[in-house]
Amino acid sequence: MQLQTVLHRRFQGERGTQFVYVATSAAILGFDAPTAAVVADFAQDGGRDDEAWLADQPERDKAASTLNDLIDLGVVRPVGEAAAPRAQLPPMPFPLATLVLNVTNKCNLSCTYCYEYGEDRLTAGDGSKGTGKPKMDDDTARQSIDFLLRSCGDRPQVSITFFGGETLLNFPAIKAATEYAEEQAKAKKKRVHYSLTTNATLLTDEVVDFLTRHRFGITISIDGAQQDQDRHRTFQKGVGSFDVIAPRIRHLLATNKERKGRSIGARVTLTAGASPAPATYRFLTQELGFDEVGFAPVTAGLGREYALGEKGYEKLLREFGELAEDYVAAALRNETHGFANLGDLLRELHQGVNKAHPCGAGLGLLGVSTEGELGLCHRFVESKSHAVGNVTQGIDESVRTAFLTQAHIDQKTDCTQCFARPLCAGGCYHEAHVRYGDATVANLHYCEWIRGFVDLGLRTYGRILEANPKFFARFEQS
Amino acid sequence: MTSDPNVPARPAPRIVACNQKARQLAALVLAQRGQARALTQDPPPTQYPYGCTTIFAPGWEVDSGNGTHGLCQPIERDLYDCYHTCYWPAQVPDGVTNAPKWTMSCGAPMQDWKSIDLVFP
Repeated sequence: MQLQTVLHRRFQGERGTQFVYVATSAAILGFDAPTAAVVADFAQDGGRDDEAWLADQPERDKAASTLNDLIDLGVVRPVGEAAAPRAQLPPMPFPLATLVLNVTNKCNLSCTYCYEYGEDRLTAGDGSKGTGKPKMDDDTARQSIDFLLRSCGDRPQVSITFFGGETLLNFPAIKAATEYAEEQAKAKKKRVHYSLTTNATLLTDEVVDFLTRHRFGITISIDGAQQDQDRHRTFQKGVGSFDVIAPRIRHLLATNKERKGRSIGARVTLTAGASPAPATYRFLTQELGFDEVGFAPVTAGLGREYALGEKGYEKLLREFGELAEDYVAAALRNETHGFANLGDLLRELHQGVNKAHPCGAGLGLLGVSTEGELGLCHRFVESKSHAVGNVTQGIDESVRTAFLTQAHIDQKTDCTQCFARPLCAGGCYHEAHVRYGDATVANLHYCEWIRGFVDLGLRTYGRILEANPKFFARFEQS
Repeated sequence: MTSDPNVPARPAPRIVACNQKARQLAALVLAQRGQARALTQDPPPTQYPYGCTTIFAPGWEVDSGNGTHGLCQPIERDLYDCYHTCYWPAQVPDGVTNAPKWTMSCGAPMQDWKSIDLVFP
């Protein structure tokens, strides 16, 4: 029978261990040299006939046993074998895990690249002047909590994320929602985890006290040191925001540390002309004291001058490679490193995550607009084309199911031959919507970037696994 | 093959399941080994299956789409097996009293199952 390897990526550790990432299952296997040679034999175009191949092997029994293992583990399969049928959707209605409350659509900054107010805005109307209500009222915030708690099925824990606009422009709604959620969750014997994203301009003592007391997971949008922060993250009059936020961030981090709160992350939007990522990483962790830093290339339609471009992505991948070196060094000391992109990737690689959808949007996660309308995620609230119900009447299950069916990885034929598909699954819906006008298509403009980054992740995984395999215990999921 | 990277096997395993998914997969493969055994193997198995399970026939099943196209052999093969070796009067003509000659036209079901005709009660 003609046999061939399935879709996979081979990589090597520093000490010569051969690994393979099996893209059909997301399993990572390590091989000795003879087994790696067998895999290479069957990886050639058109595969090999097993009988003919076995006849060539000096130790036939041993070779047959190895081949048998590879077949059973799904690394080698008959050529042309149809893929095993895959569930199109999990049992619906899928229980909610996270609700993102867009408590305001107003912002006190005017970041030039913002998808919310800039040229790539989704919402109808006039952006920062507001489409719906500028702020969510306390009743809607409480209705959102009720909606989440009645839509979460048997989950013992749910997450509430506050977002904006600038989230803290509506601190009263955050307070009302948190206090109400606390009370309701207790009655229903659920745990609630809170998180919030903010630009840090409004982190007053009262706010910091409240957030740290409720153990908020906090993400600060910040682009780096002064020159990077002030390039795009400006107030309406064009003045940079660094001088306002730096002392407030220091105060937050200090209070949070004192109260042993959750780790606080910086989220950096990467644009053309930004400082190298390692320098920004060092500034944010060492100078300001952030626990983690995550980098996100700016979401941009075609032709935006701040977009990264092909060269920009190549440069970024090299910079991520530098940060990966630091990550490996920390991992070998059994320490956590704060490069969040790589940490998240290594977690998914270690667990063997195999996604049918790129993210939880529309599945376990929904966004709520200031008026209580439900969207796929926080980026889609107030986008009429992706409305999936509202918090009082609940989810429109037919719209939700239709979207998820259309957005399933098996519908993205472009992804068929990509080894990164278990992790990427076509990428961000909002990116695709901005770029192609269709949220359910694959983001072909960053395939090379994703493959390059996953490849970096695999090589890093191999290096750490060879030298300190126990490091990955922290990523295990029961 | 080993499913636990923390337990070094001697001699060194040819394949190590590194991540959690690989370990789950390896555990599954190892658990399933030995469950399917050839009747002609040497030494022979100590327990023999009984009845229609002695032949390879998946029985009355539907595939994931509630159809029969995805089954591993023609549905007609199932028909023949149930008629010949099983008592399954609701689905196939019974070979004892009403339709003893139903499969007479079919000597080798794997080749000419198409010649088995319909029976109208």
